[in-house]
Amino acid sequence: MSAAWFCLVALMLAAYVLLDGFDLGAGILHLGIARTDAERRAVISTIGPVWDANEVWLLAAGGTLYFAFPALYASGFSGFYLPLMIVLWLLMLRGISLEFRSHVRGPVWTPLCDTVFCGASALLAIFFGAALGNVVRGLPLDASGSFFEPLWTNFRLGSDTGILDWYTILVGLAAYFALAQHGALWLRYKTTGTLAERARSLARISWIFVLVLTAVITYSSFIVQPHIWANFSAHPWGLIFPALALAGLAGVYVWTSPSTSATAEFRAFAGSCAYLAGMLTSAAYGLFPIVLPARGNPAYSLTIDNAKAGDYGLKIGLIWWSIGMVLAAVYFVFVYRYFAGKVSAEAQDQNGHGLY
Amino acid sequence: MNATLDIHRLQFAFTVTFHYIFPQLTMGLAFLLFVLKTLALRTGKEHYNDALRFWARIFGINFALGVVTGIPMEFQFGTNWSVFSRTAGSVIGQTLAMEGIFSFFLESSFLGLLLYGERRLGRIGHWVSALLVWVGSWLSGYLIVATDAWMQRPVGYSMGPQGQFYLASFWALLLNRWALWQFAHTMLGALQTGCFVMAAIGAYYLLGDRDVAHGRTFLRVAVIVGLIASVLQLYPTGDSQGQMIAQNQPVTLAAMEGLFHTESGAPLVIVGQPDVERQRIDNPVTIPTALSFLTYRRWGAEVSGLNRFPQADWPDRIPLLYFSYHIMVGLGTVFIGIMLIAALDLWRGRLYSSRPILWVLLLSLPFPYIANTAGWVTAEVGRQPWLIYGLQRTAAGVSPLVSEGNVWFTFLGFAGMYTVLGILFLFLVAHEIDRGPEALAASMMPKAIAEPVR
Repeated sequence: MSAAWFCLVALMLAAYVLLDGFDLGAGILHLGIARTDAERRAVISTIGPVWDANEVWLLAAGGTLYFAFPALYASGFSGFYLPLMIVLWLLMLRGISLEFRSHVRGPVWTPLCDTVFCGASALLAIFFGAALGNVVRGLPLDASGSFFEPLWTNFRLGSDTGILDWYTILVGLAAYFALAQHGALWLRYKTTGTLAERARSLARISWIFVLVLTAVITYSSFIVQPHIWANFSAHPWGLIFPALALAGLAGVYVWTSPSTSATAEFRAFAGSCAYLAGMLTSAAYGLFPIVLPARGNPAYSLTIDNAKAGDYGLKIGLIWWSIGMVLAAVYFVFVYRYFAGKVSAEAQDQNGHGLY
Repeated sequence: MNATLDIHRLQFAFTVTFHYIFPQLTMGLAFLLFVLKTLALRTGKEHYNDALRFWARIFGINFALGVVTGIPMEFQFGTNWSVFSRTAGSVIGQTLAMEGIFSFFLESSFLGLLLYGERRLGRIGHWVSALLVWVGSWLSGYLIVATDAWMQRPVGYSMGPQGQFYLASFWALLLNRWALWQFAHTMLGALQTGCFVMAAIGAYYLLGDRDVAHGRTFLRVAVIVGLIASVLQLYPTGDSQGQMIAQNQPVTLAAMEGLFHTESGAPLVIVGQPDVERQRIDNPVTIPTALSFLTYRRWGAEVSGLNRFPQADWPDRIPLLYFSYHIMVGLGTVFIGIMLIAALDLWRGRLYSSRPILWVLLLSLPFPYIANTAGWVTAEVGRQPWLIYGLQRTAAGVSPLVSEGNVWFTFLGFAGMYTVLGILFLFLVAHEIDRGPEALAASMMPKAIAEPVR
């Protein structure tokens, strides 16, 4: 039962990363890729109707984590106190800059909103990556299952770690480029003309960084967290997850070459989805059944068994969770089909009273 | 430890109070949007659709701020109250996760369609979107109230191996009697905020002699719904809420009413300042024996005063509790009076030209916000010194390793961030009100309603 919930929570977090990932990525690229006001409105139009629904996945995944593994929620959230609060502020700045931009236009407000939107998106990608890096690396848990980390200490992997050290910064940078690539492929899929072409070449540049950083963090993860190697060598079938990531990355390369068809646009985006999903599931598979590894005394690690909620609650949760997810999937398909299709900068120009 | 505990509490109180400015309007307005859309569908008049679009934009701003200030609430259960989360997460995590999965997906999906999808959805589809946004926002409210209700009156739980609380009955948690009454009381409060805001904007337009047709519609809808909500707020929901506090938290009732000593035929204090040291009310104005009647329906009934309970179980901020309760009840009574006069004027056909009552409605705008906030302060300060009533004290639920300095850092961060958000919010809403529904309709004229062009 608790293993099933481990998979469901991992699934929801992956869904969050795939969905909010493309609008964070679009935000990272926003200032660079879109130069005119019409282009910027086109970029925001591709994510405008869906970004807050994407963000709801973070809340839904957080809520599910809370009820399925309350001890994990308690330890993780109180231990990651500072980065989580900073993430909250960044989410606020990002949301408010998008909302404000659609209501008030002008030579002062619009560039300010664009800059805040871009900066907050970039920092969020790095912080989310660093958070994942922290979970993989392990945390100074005590006997009661609590810990607290300052933002940084000496950037080394010693006994006194902070949120940021060389390893977690590397994972943060990998997340930054992976989401930039994801956002670029989304924009290419959703826009036309020079905007789409610029998105393609930016995806190509990001791809090189993603490839190098993926190799570096994979190698260092095996050293930093030996449990991952133990899991993969004991049950090699799990290698399908890293294989999925590699296949996705290869797909991105193939389908972003200059002379490709319209279907390539969608396939390249799907390749990026496969890459992100493959990386996240590899991390989850490598840690299982640990959910929060302890540095120092491994007996203090939180696992799916000592962090889970009561069995009755988990069983009843499975019923309503399934119903709720079917409903959510229906809404999502409906909304995405409704807002399907391309957004063009030229049309944004003709239509001064558009929404963004 | 006490200074640390206080700053943890202050941060939660501050962030939740600021957050609740937004959902109380969206929950109330969601119903009014549905009413406007239904009127548009039944009469076939474009006038009501214009009104709907105007309010949907104000709704959208409030919804966005409600979301961004709401995420910190869920997070803080883990960040600042980790021991509470570890012990109670199996139970209250249920309702919190259900809120995310059932209502947030529903609301966020259909709000997008309500705001941007009118042209392609058609009349019925757009009406369904309005309905689902209303259902989603009230469902969200229910699940949050059910979470709070479990902390006020824990039910349907069993003890786990390490002293955690496990869920033992899903339906007991979901249908907690406390939750049912508190939900009705809270939604009526939200409706009052929605109605007073809509009436105030309507009055503003009529007094300024602009957007007159819309101003009249706003006033008519808001005054009719607002009168019904204001009456139901006092009786039966407010009354039943009081009865439940008397049964489950008698010491809280005594503190709310400023009743220091057990009395038969206890008086109801209308005015007066509680002096906790001397255990008396200064310069009291009271209605003799009324508290006994309201609590037990008998004029001579004995009501327990604070002296009957150990001091360790008294709410730790009695004056704050006493005043927030009295402000809520006092304002609730005034609201009935205002809405009654406005409704009578409406019935006689003089409301739109009677400047005094229009002024009163305009200036009433902040007061339902104050009353709703005071109501929540009453509920949550009244729960003290317990985090989970009778089971876990507030001091025992806090995160042990998050130091005072780190909470000050984030509290100050929130204070700064929310100052900016508050200013932007007022600016945006003022911008929409200043433009008004007629100009909005004109700006969308050629395309009926804008949607992202592709």
